[in-house]
Formats: sequence, structure tokens, C-alpha cells
Amino acid sequence: MQRLSLTRYHRAAPLVLLFILLAGITTAASFVQSQPANAEAAASTNDISEGSKLFAANCATCHGLAAQGQDGVAPSLIGVGAAAVDFQVGTGRMPMQASGPQAPAKTVQFNLDQIHQLSAYVASLGPGPAVPDAAAVDPSLGDASKGMELFRTNCAMCHGSVGGGGALSQGKYAPSLMKTTPTHIYEAMLVGPQSMPVFNNANITPEDKRDIIAYLDEQRQGAPGGLSLGSIGPVAEGLWAWLLGMGLIVGFTVWIGMRSS
Amino acid sequence: MSTDSTSTENGSVASVPHEAGVVDGKFVDPGIPAEHRPRRADIDPKAARKAEIQVAALFGLSVLGTALAIYGYVTSKATGGDLGAVQRTTMFMGVGIALAMFGIGTGAIHWAKTLMRDHDMVEERHALRSSDAARAGAVEMLKDGAKDSGVGVGRRGLLKGSIVTALLLAPLSVLVPAVGNLGGDWNVSQVKHTMWRKGTRLTKDPTGKPIKASDVTIGSVFHVIPDGLNDLKHGKLEEKAKAVVLLIRMDPRVLNVQPGREDWSFDGIIAYSKICTHVGCPVALYEQQTHHLLCPCHQSTFDVANGAKVIFGPAKRPLPQLPIMVDDEGYIVARADFNEPIGPSFWERLK
Repeated sequence: MQRLSLTRYHRAAPLVLLFILLAGITTAASFVQSQPANAEAAASTNDISEGSKLFAANCATCHGLAAQGQDGVAPSLIGVGAAAVDFQVGTGRMPMQASGPQAPAKTVQFNLDQIHQLSAYVASLGPGPAVPDAAAVDPSLGDASKGMELFRTNCAMCHGSVGGGGALSQGKYAPSLMKTTPTHIYEAMLVGPQSMPVFNNANITPEDKRDIIAYLDEQRQGAPGGLSLGSIGPVAEGLWAWLLGMGLIVGFTVWIGMRSS
Repeated sequence: MSTDSTSTENGSVASVPHEAGVVDGKFVDPGIPAEHRPRRADIDPKAARKAEIQVAALFGLSVLGTALAIYGYVTSKATGGDLGAVQRTTMFMGVGIALAMFGIGTGAIHWAKTLMRDHDMVEERHALRSSDAARAGAVEMLKDGAKDSGVGVGRRGLLKGSIVTALLLAPLSVLVPAVGNLGGDWNVSQVKHTMWRKGTRLTKDPTGKPIKASDVTIGSVFHVIPDGLNDLKHGKLEEKAKAVVLLIRMDPRVLNVQPGREDWSFDGIIAYSKICTHVGCPVALYEQQTHHLLCPCHQSTFDVANGAKVIFGPAKRPLPQLPIMVDDEGYIVARADFNEPIGPSFWERLK
């Protein structure tokens, strides 16, 4: 510690550190990744038996060999349907890497065929929501302005007004929707993964869901105002204004008052 | 910044410990440094030349910025709502104008700091207190003025009375319109009641479609407005701001029904006011697994499974519960209005 404090750093070191910190915060805001997944409808008996093997090898440790779940560890998957599996596995949330406030999206562990087989197996355990077809999630068929109204009422309080994501309580968060595929957005509304509530087809009809997808698709075309800082609202903007803006003002004031060497 | 500033000319502080620079709680005059330290640019022609180039480069940067801003403007043919083009134009012009100003400012300061004359100057400062004669004169003037106007002598009561009246009344010209514009309706009881009546159907926000109990699956959240709200001609937003409700269904085994409210919910379906009891933000961040409802403004957290009691944050009261039941056709309807005023506290809340 003594040695460290004796070392002289460059004058600009605090500024550089500050800049790195801000850049880190901003990139972290738009972190959630998801991989495209294609939904095929037909589930053959072969898919189900292959899916059963994959399930036993990768999922049964927590969810149980018959997918019945374990109290306090993992929920039962009987009746959650193919849509839930396609969302959780297709975005890399499952298999879960570690216990925590919520399972984050990460690199997808299975290929599309395997995800399809797992979905087919879980769907065979009990009736549940199916993976939507391509037309149901096509943003070009939806009405973005109606979608905005629905998004503002049902989604924006957690995911932010343009789907940039936001914080919840005790380490949980609503992820950014900027890179989520239309199919996964649809499935998430349908099944209500993790902390998210369910928005079934009686609440938000399939057409409404497609409108919401169309609205989110519009948001991906970029912001006219410049750097959007992750679209997570006043926290990121405030950090930039207070730390970088005020920091620059303080730095220049010191420079102006300093005697030239 | 120099540390050997106590000069011998200043006899009164010569004996003071130098580092402190404080005597009897007052800063001492550090004086002028005994020896003037010239800048590098003053003694080294190469350094002076380098500084000159730096200043010129900063002014050059400003010219570049101006060119960039004009380039951004001239090439902006953002037609057809191409947001990418708008963003590029905004960026080029913003960065260009910033550089144009920044270059001139920093160049001028750098010029002054490195190349302009550098010698120590003395700027005299004087006490703020006026001379005794000036102070006495001012007091005399005030006394003369008071004497002329008759204040304190009892004369000219009409003048005194009229000026006091005018001064007291003048603020009314601002206050009366300001207070009058606060709102024409001062009936507080309207804040205590909402549109909900016995039998009012719960409908979806914003479409106004009624909700069947069978539509509300476990884990679902419906954002609810009262039936008939969309038909209101006047005061629709005011009514909506009071009546919005969050309809949630959870596993009935998890739901801890509050004593006295056994028939207020239906098979795990429960409805709470969406208006925070802290300062009235819409509380709608529902976490399905923990049954926590979070207010985005100040992080008040309500436990929906336990009567929406406050488990975190500045809110002081649970969210008011809307008693609901199911009608003959299977639609969810209100059993009555809220049994307490919704939203934040106000003076006459419980009167």
C-alpha cells in the first residue's frame, strides 16, 4: 500500500478512469444478447424421444427426471408448453449457469434441432402454449402505433419506453428487448418467464402481440437524437452529465488557472 | 503555489511559521515571490515556437469543426424519415460546432498562458467599509428624508394611510389570478371516491374490453380501467388517474387473504389500486415469482401476496384493494368502490 501510494500517476489518470467507467456502464446497459431461433411446428415421436434423452442429460438434475420439478430448486415443467422451452433454451437462459436473482441470457447451449427436440418433449408432457409460426411474429404485418399504446400500458413500466430494459428489486432486472428475436418476444409474453407476468392471448391477443413486436422493431432503427446511452433513462444520462460534463468543466477550470510551465 | 513566499519586506509576518500562513485565525499576505520564475517559452525559443504551433493547431481545429458542421448541414438530405440520416446530421453538426467553439476558446487561453507577457503585477485592494464621513452623510440623508415626509411626526395621515393601502393591495394583482388558476373545483370529496361502483365491470386498458375470470390465468397481470371510462366526455383522464387497477392472479395457495377481506378476491384473482400511496406514481412493476409490486419512482415495494403491505421504500400504507366478484356471465366486476381514498395522503383524507 505504501509503495502504491508513493507511485506517481499521470495527471490524466482520474479522467481516463472516469471515461472507462462511464463507457462500461453504458455498454452494460445494453448487454442482453439473444440468438435467433426458428420454430418448426411438427413434433414427431422421434423428436420427443431425442428430446427426452437431452432432457435427462441436461435438465433433469434440477427439474427432475419426469420434469416434475423440485421445491425451492426448479419449477415443474409439466404443462409449460413448447413456447416456454423455446424461449428459455433458445435465449440461453436455460440451462442455468448459477443460482442468482434471475437467469440471464447467455450463449445458447443447444442447436436449433436440439431446442426443437427439447420443446417437443416438454410439450408432450402436458398441453401448453406452442411456438408461434412465422406469420404470427412478422413485424411488417403489425401496427406499430397500436403496438406503442399496448407496450406503454403493459410493458414500458419494466422494459422502458422503447424497450431498453430497466432495474427491478433485489438484483432482478427487465432485460433490453433491442436484440430479442420476434419469436422470443412473443413467447415471453405468452408464458411469462421468471419474474415477468403472463400476458395470455385473452389479455393481449395474438394480433396485439404482433403489433407490439412491430413497435419494438421500429425502435431498432436508431434514435434521431444521437447517442442513446442504452435507452435506460435518466440514470445513464445523469451519470454522463454529472461525471463527464461536470468533470470536464472542473478539469478545464483547473487548466485555466494553472501556471504555464 | 510557491512555498517561499513570506518575504522579508513584510516584517510583521517574518517570524511566523511559514507553512501555516495563518496568524490569529487570519491568512497572511504571502507577498510576491522573491524571484520571478520565467516560463519555458520565455527563455527557450524552441519552446516558444512549439507553443505557437500548438495555439495555431487549436485555431485550426476550430476551422475544421466549422467545416464539419457545414458539411453535415449541406449533405443532410434526410428524406423519407430515414432516422439514420437524421442521426448522422445531428452528430456531424453537433461535433462540428463543439469543435469550432472549443478550438477558439482553448487556443486563446493557451496563447495567453504561454506567449503573452508574463510579469508580476500588484493590484491594490481596499477595505469595503466606507469612510466615516460618507457613512455619516448617508445617515443624515435618511433622517432628512424621514423629516420631509413627516414619518414619525404624526403629520400627513392621509398620505401614510394611502401608501400602506396601495402596498398591501398591489400583490393581489398577481395572487388573485394565480390562486384562481389553481382549479375551479375545491370539492375535496371527489378525491375520496372513484368511478368504481357495485357491479362495474373491470375492463382492459386501453381497449375497454371486459375481462372474464377464466381469461386471467395464474401469473397473469391485467391493467384495468372501469367499464364506461372510455365513454366519458369530460374528465376522462382525471377519472382514469384515480380508478386504474392492477388485476393479478396468483396460486390461491400462495395468496394470503387478509382478515375481513375473505370475499374481496376470487380464486387467487386480486385487484389493487395502481396509484402509489407515497406520491401517486403508477405502481405496475409486478414480479411474478416474488409477488412483489415495485413503484418505479421511489422504489416502494408492495407484497401482493400479503395485502400489498409495504416491504420497502417510502410508502406508508398498503395499496387500497378493490373488492371484486364474478357476475352471472363470468365477467369480473367490482363489489364496491375502494373502502379508503386511493393514492397519497392529503389533509382531510380520513375525515
